[in-house]
Amino acid sequence: MYREVILEHYKNPGYRGELDPADITFEDNNPLCGDHLRIDLRLDAENKVKEAAFSGHGCAISQASADLLLESIIGKDLDEVKKLSKQDILDLIGIDLGPVRLKCALLSLKVVKSGAYGIHPGESVDLELD
Amino acid sequence: MPEIQTSIRSDFPILQREVKPGVPLVYLDSAATSQKPSSVLDAMSDYYLRHNANIHRGVHTLAEEATSLYEDARKKICRFINARSQTEIIYTRNTTESINLVANSWGRKFLKPGDVVILTEMEHHSNLVPWQILRESSGIELRFIPVSADGRLDLAEYANLLKLEPKLVSFTHASNVLGTINPVQEMAQLAHKAGALVLVDGAQSAPHFTVDVQQLGVDFYAFSAHKMLGPTGIGVLYGRKEILEKMQPFMGGGDMIREVRLEGFTPNDLPYKFEAGTPAIAEAVGFGAAVDYLARVGMDAIHAHEKEITRYAYSLLSEMPGITIFGRETDHRGGVIAFEVAGIHPHDVAQVLDTDGIAVRAGHHCAMPLHQKFGIPATARASFYLYTTKNEIDKLVTGLQKVQKLFG
Repeated sequence: MYREVILEHYKNPGYRGELDPADITFEDNNPLCGDHLRIDLRLDAENKVKEAAFSGHGCAISQASADLLLESIIGKDLDEVKKLSKQDILDLIGIDLGPVRLKCALLSLKVVKSGAYGIHPGESVDLELD
Repeated sequence: MPEIQTSIRSDFPILQREVKPGVPLVYLDSAATSQKPSSVLDAMSDYYLRHNANIHRGVHTLAEEATSLYEDARKKICRFINARSQTEIIYTRNTTESINLVANSWGRKFLKPGDVVILTEMEHHSNLVPWQILRESSGIELRFIPVSADGRLDLAEYANLLKLEPKLVSFTHASNVLGTINPVQEMAQLAHKAGALVLVDGAQSAPHFTVDVQQLGVDFYAFSAHKMLGPTGIGVLYGRKEILEKMQPFMGGGDMIREVRLEGFTPNDLPYKFEAGTPAIAEAVGFGAAVDYLARVGMDAIHAHEKEITRYAYSLLSEMPGITIFGRETDHRGGVIAFEVAGIHPHDVAQVLDTDGIAVRAGHHCAMPLHQKFGIPATARASFYLYTTKNEIDKLVTGLQKVQKLFG
């Protein structure tokens, strides 16, 4: 379960922090375990992700997948970010997860996609995470 | 002191399984749900194999047998908690439904805007949310007995809150996070003196030690079969007859009526007034078998065994560096230990333990306000029952050392 890559990104994250000001900021919780994640993105003139940071608290799976995800979207167009899928996250972390831990891994994707779509809190948009 | 026989484990087939080849199950999550002995599973399967029929109105042999089995279980449960009469034993789905029944049926009829209901900060969501919903619809006021840093209810503040002349005091007998066993008898006396009724959430107490509802002096007592060796899908609301009689039905349908006309209905007698529709018959039969099993082993023996296991686990875990236990060490404590491993998320703790077959729970254990109070999002929790062994506690300790090494 805890592959070296996950432990490495959990213990020494490259993208932990906050960006202020940021072009996109979004945060959300995993109500199941109380994990909280905030993601800040800065975009360049062509709407590509220039800088990214995450903050909050959570388990190794949620923190490492946030770090891996942010690393992977640097330089990506916002429209590409919107198209990211569950499988992309699973490919990044490279392990199989049961239904409970899957939610930990997908929290960062949910937050990033919500931010990319410009969703307001309480608004419901199908992020196609299933 | 009565002792638990080691042969008990062989009554639980699931405890013989391996989580993966060569890794036996170490089940430390009984506060979430207990495992089931063969006698419970056999009783349920025998019911379906030989007696299955709908209850109460059929006159054929199977219907008679099914009705007897269903009602015999009610009698057993009545004796188990020493209720005065089996009409005070209402079958529900679980503790949560039992509390919702009181909030909806008693609460909607007898509580007016501004009436005070006292809860505590250590409640499970099942004893918080029904009252919050009622607050929205009926305008009642909720007050909370605070929890001290060592995990006990602040009884001085409770005395102050009673001056508000509350209509109901509703609290847990034993905390599913802190292990605290609350002084129910004393609190119920004080509540009655102040003119309030008393509802006790017995989900974590009825499975673990003798509960005598008359001696405790409570008006309502709610508990679930699945935490006490029985199946999921069935629980009980005990209520004092005088109060239940004044309450409105909770749900409408078959079995809960005496007479129905197109213009209206007359409710059935207790306890059927609160049991609309075909109930969980096989589950009730299983619940009866679970209560038989517990009575056979003896609740005092079970409590003594859990105390010993809990003391053993507490002393080993409290010696480990980086481990913080919530709730204090005392002889008067239930068999749950919620803890934090410094710098490691409880999900990761539970996940690594799982690789060694050790099942603990991670999260807020449906007590978010309590976790907020202590400033922690989540904890890991090990919980024990009559089948837990010291050897399993040793495995937990070794597993936790592995967790610390991996993330250290």
